[in-house]
Amino acid sequence: MKLVTAIIKPFTLDDVKGALEQLGVLGMTVSEVQGYGRQKGHTEVYRGAEYSVDFVPKIKIEVVIDDTAVEKVLEAVVEAARTGKIGDGKVWVTSVDTVVRVRTGERGSDAL
Amino acid sequence: MDTGDTAWVLTSAALVLLMTPGLAFFYGGMVRSKSVLNMMMMSLGAMAVVGVLWVLFGYSTAFGADVGGGLLGKPFEFFGLDGLLAADSLVGKLPSTVFVAFQAMFAIITVALISGAIADRARFGPWLLFAGLWATIVYFPVAHWVFDFDGKDEAGNVVDPGGWIANKLLAIDFAGGTAVHINAGAAGLALAIVLGKRVGWPKEPMKPHSLPLVVLGAGLLWFGWFGFNAGSALGANGTAGVTFINTLVATCAAMLGWLLTERIRDGKATTLGAASGVIAGLVAITPACSAVTPVGAIAIGAITGVLCALAVSLKYRFGFDDSLDVVGVHLVGGLSGTILIGLFASEAAPAKINGLFYGGGVDQLWRQAVGAFAVLGYSFVLSLALGYLVKFTVGFRASEEAEVASIDEAEHAERAYEYGSLTSARGTGKPSVAAGATAVLEGSNKK
Repeated sequence: MKLVTAIIKPFTLDDVKGALEQLGVLGMTVSEVQGYGRQKGHTEVYRGAEYSVDFVPKIKIEVVIDDTAVEKVLEAVVEAARTGKIGDGKVWVTSVDTVVRVRTGERGSDAL
Repeated sequence: MDTGDTAWVLTSAALVLLMTPGLAFFYGGMVRSKSVLNMMMMSLGAMAVVGVLWVLFGYSTAFGADVGGGLLGKPFEFFGLDGLLAADSLVGKLPSTVFVAFQAMFAIITVALISGAIADRARFGPWLLFAGLWATIVYFPVAHWVFDFDGKDEAGNVVDPGGWIANKLLAIDFAGGTAVHINAGAAGLALAIVLGKRVGWPKEPMKPHSLPLVVLGAGLLWFGWFGFNAGSALGANGTAGVTFINTLVATCAAMLGWLLTERIRDGKATTLGAASGVIAGLVAITPACSAVTPVGAIAIGAITGVLCALAVSLKYRFGFDDSLDVVGVHLVGGLSGTILIGLFASEAAPAKINGLFYGGGVDQLWRQAVGAFAVLGYSFVLSLALGYLVKFTVGFRASEEAEVASIDEAEHAERAYEYGSLTSARGTGKPSVAAGATAVLEGSNKK
């Protein structure tokens, strides 16, 4: 199994979620995060003073999926999150040893 | 005694009292979520300390018999309001106690205004000490200068001389542009210097944590300000009407002026700008509301709105952390309103004096300027001295650790917003109570 972690622009969340649902992904974990990549921060003017804002608000989505679904999921996420502008985000894949469903005790792919 | 006047001034006194909790919301919304309570407590603390001092000797220092030169009233003439409680004790057509109550609220809010300059970093106890000292040494005498008019007999002879600005200089300050706003603004500047910058200022953007609270506070302040200005007519009469309408329209114009300035300079008209524009307008029309026509009030409001919107960035240029812009709004707004009287005063208004633009020459203009800068200088120097006195005796500022973590927690053992379910609501501690009480608690638990 794989854990797919995607950092995306907040307004693309609905599209990414929709794309994952269409692929039959049954669950996901979403959190609001802050950070920067190559985009870096930006400057902001408020009440006559200029500030540099280093961390940009982003959404982090985590889904655990079966090995066979990795390519399709990656493609779907990237497609849905892409605007073509700087700051679209990153997606990475990590291996997962096992998964347990707390209610039933099922393990592995059955628990997804 | 006039019952209508008495009713209006009593009502106004209650309106003005409400301004200080309003200020607590206004300031409280502007700070970060970790220091809201400390901010609000500085306003509440000012109410507590100054209210008591006012009754004991504050009123007497401001309105007691002049000790000479119009500088000070006799501090103990009416100690504890002694001699003012009789039914026939009058100030003008008001029972003395009604005037005492109305003026008490002015003393309270003036002290509370200063606290905006030292947001996020002042310890509560030392603030109370400063509040008491400042009220005694700065506010009470200055109120005497500005608000204590000569008492005259029926032939017009002065039998009870009052303060020098009101009676000798003849500067117009209807409700406290000098005594309240320039006074508090100059003290704010002094304290911002005494306490120094907050950790992270000016690099970190310290945006308001709750603009809805700021708007609530601005609303309460505006509402109360009708008592402040129209109540200063000390009667239910035409002067109250003119000052009421001027208090409305100057404030509207100032909000427009501030928002326009922001839109041009920063690109956006902000909620904080609207609320600040309201206060700037109210500050500016406070001294002027009896001296100008509604059109003059619009001009004063608009000019001050623009001026204050520009002035709030001065602190970055000069490097003093006047956190909530007490200087930019109250000092600059107070100066603007007080001095513009010299230009916009019109004979058509209740004060019946013409300023420069209405053919009155520069006579009133210099009187206004002298009054304004006298109060500025007196307040700044003594506030600096009192601030350093507190700093070098009991210490004024919270530790850096407390400031960064949360001054609310460090000074008051509370947080404004207890959201964390893991750390607070589901605590695993047990109440620590006195031994006797523990026995009672355990007894009741056994049932």
